[in-house]
Amino acid sequence: MPANAFNNFTEYGIGIGLRSPHYHHILTRKPVVDWFEIISENFMIDGGRPLRILDQILEQYKVVQHGVSMYFGSAESANREHLRRLKELVRRTKTPWLTDHLCWGSVDGRYTHDLLPMPYTFEAAKITAQKIREVRDFLEVPIAVENVSSYAEFHVSEMTEWEFLTEVVERANCGILLDVNNIYVSSQNHNFNPSTYISEIPASRVAQIHIAGHSKYRKYILDTHDHPVIDPVWELYAQAIQRAGHTATLLEWDDSIPSFQEVHDEALKANKFLATESLAAAV
Amino acid sequence: MNLMSLQRQMTRAVMMPLTPREGMRRVSSNGRSMRAIAAAFIKPNDRLTSFDRLEIYNRQYWFRILSSLAEDFPGLRAVLGDSRFDLLAQAYLSARPSRSFTLRNLGSRLEGWLRKYPTCAGSRLKLALDMVRLEWAHIEAFDGKAELPLTAEDLVGADPSKLRLRLQPYIQLLDLRHPVDDLLLEFRNDRNTTFASNAFEELRKRKRLRAIARLKPTAIFLAVHRLDFSLYFRRLLREEFIILTQLRAGETLRRAVESAFRESSIAVAERPSCVQHWFQTWATLGWFCQADKNEIPSQIRIREDNEI
Ligand SMILES: [Fe+2]
Repeated sequence: MPANAFNNFTEYGIGIGLRSPHYHHILTRKPVVDWFEIISENFMIDGGRPLRILDQILEQYKVVQHGVSMYFGSAESANREHLRRLKELVRRTKTPWLTDHLCWGSVDGRYTHDLLPMPYTFEAAKITAQKIREVRDFLEVPIAVENVSSYAEFHVSEMTEWEFLTEVVERANCGILLDVNNIYVSSQNHNFNPSTYISEIPASRVAQIHIAGHSKYRKYILDTHDHPVIDPVWELYAQAIQRAGHTATLLEWDDSIPSFQEVHDEALKANKFLATESLAAAV
Repeated sequence: MNLMSLQRQMTRAVMMPLTPREGMRRVSSNGRSMRAIAAAFIKPNDRLTSFDRLEIYNRQYWFRILSSLAEDFPGLRAVLGDSRFDLLAQAYLSARPSRSFTLRNLGSRLEGWLRKYPTCAGSRLKLALDMVRLEWAHIEAFDGKAELPLTAEDLVGADPSKLRLRLQPYIQLLDLRHPVDDLLLEFRNDRNTTFASNAFEELRKRKRLRAIARLKPTAIFLAVHRLDFSLYFRRLLREEFIILTQLRAGETLRRAVESAFRESSIAVAERPSCVQHWFQTWATLGWFCQADKNEIPSQIRIREDNEI
């Protein structure tokens, strides 16, 4: 049973990010994994080994596409070549939904290759929502946008981050990919209560959840995806599950990648929270 | 400040080159204080000033693109040495910021830029240019499009004066002044060695320098291609190279062969058997293709090629 209108994929359970150091293990050992999240850009190519591996993965596993460069929040319009290649990949993977970030990263055709923070203004929300609608109409696949971690805030902002997220997804009528690690990182960098964030967003729009580890520096926290998930992030995850119901969950681990088993075991810790939620829902 | 002007403002700052100590510059390119610029649009917090917060993004930008370029051009790095390579990379990326959604294309304009600003490569310009071309060809051949291959039988009975053969799009043809394929294979073998103490790193650097010093300019012709999804370098004769480039340009088989032998030292009597042998090999390698179709993997492996 879907937990909410934007979450039709509760049976997806717990996935992990498909990363090249694990290709061999996955293809030879064929471990049981609910689903894999791929970085779309790694496969928006014309041919060669990456697409061959993707096809082999697709023969055996469910795959969901996650992008890093659609830049819904960039003031310029979406790049046509990007959209064309993305649509080709959507056809190949048959991704049931597609995610990318609530951020910007390009201007005047120049790309920073970073996930830059949005100014939380009504103008930005409107532009971003419009772009999400256009991309969804072109790709013909449901979209969920992910909250990013940030290290800067702007004077022009007119609302909080969670108000901005709500404003955008309601205007675009799309889902949310709730990254609880990013909420934690930003809460530390910007001094807000992460629990307030989770309780204020429209839970019925949460289509997927990201969990990850991060690096702590002396004066700020960087979202590096190179560590196990810390306890405060698991607590936020439990709160998110409580609000959104059983939700497809994915562990991100992008740097200093340990063995496949270690990453998968870390991801499966989420089961404890999902099981508790299912029990609570059954009572 | 509207969304577009904020994004332009921030992009200018983020793309500004770092100081030698890898921090954000104090002064912008038009002489304005970066502290004042940052404070005008970014909020400080209890731990970081507006400048500090902007600097996080400035550093992140450069670290990401510089490491991406270094990863794509290890041969160029070895040819130029670490510090000259770093300077060149920074100058190139400042002059030609990415115009693609993917980091894969970061080096696509490096050859053209280097030809325009040759002093960046110091005394090894020609060698550097060869290496850039080879490493970019490597990227293109790795994930370029493959189409349904033609077989040797498909060619039987075709009229050479009319036949136009299509070359697989992923194949890259290069005419180079130095045997940089050997050099790159040597560097890559080095890189694949897993242990790396400081002493070992030093030894490796010296070995590379010797390899570069040993390298004599020798014209070579090369195809960067793939088989079973692995990349290979295949040395070509000058005549083979001409035929393949002519075919790629859309010439008929007859014209391509005529051009190849115009100044050839291959004896006239031997030419037909040469051509027959080349075409057989190329067809076996799956180098010719039909019209736009889905990718079909070739199952053949040819031993004489150098796998990368
Ligand atoms: Fe995430």
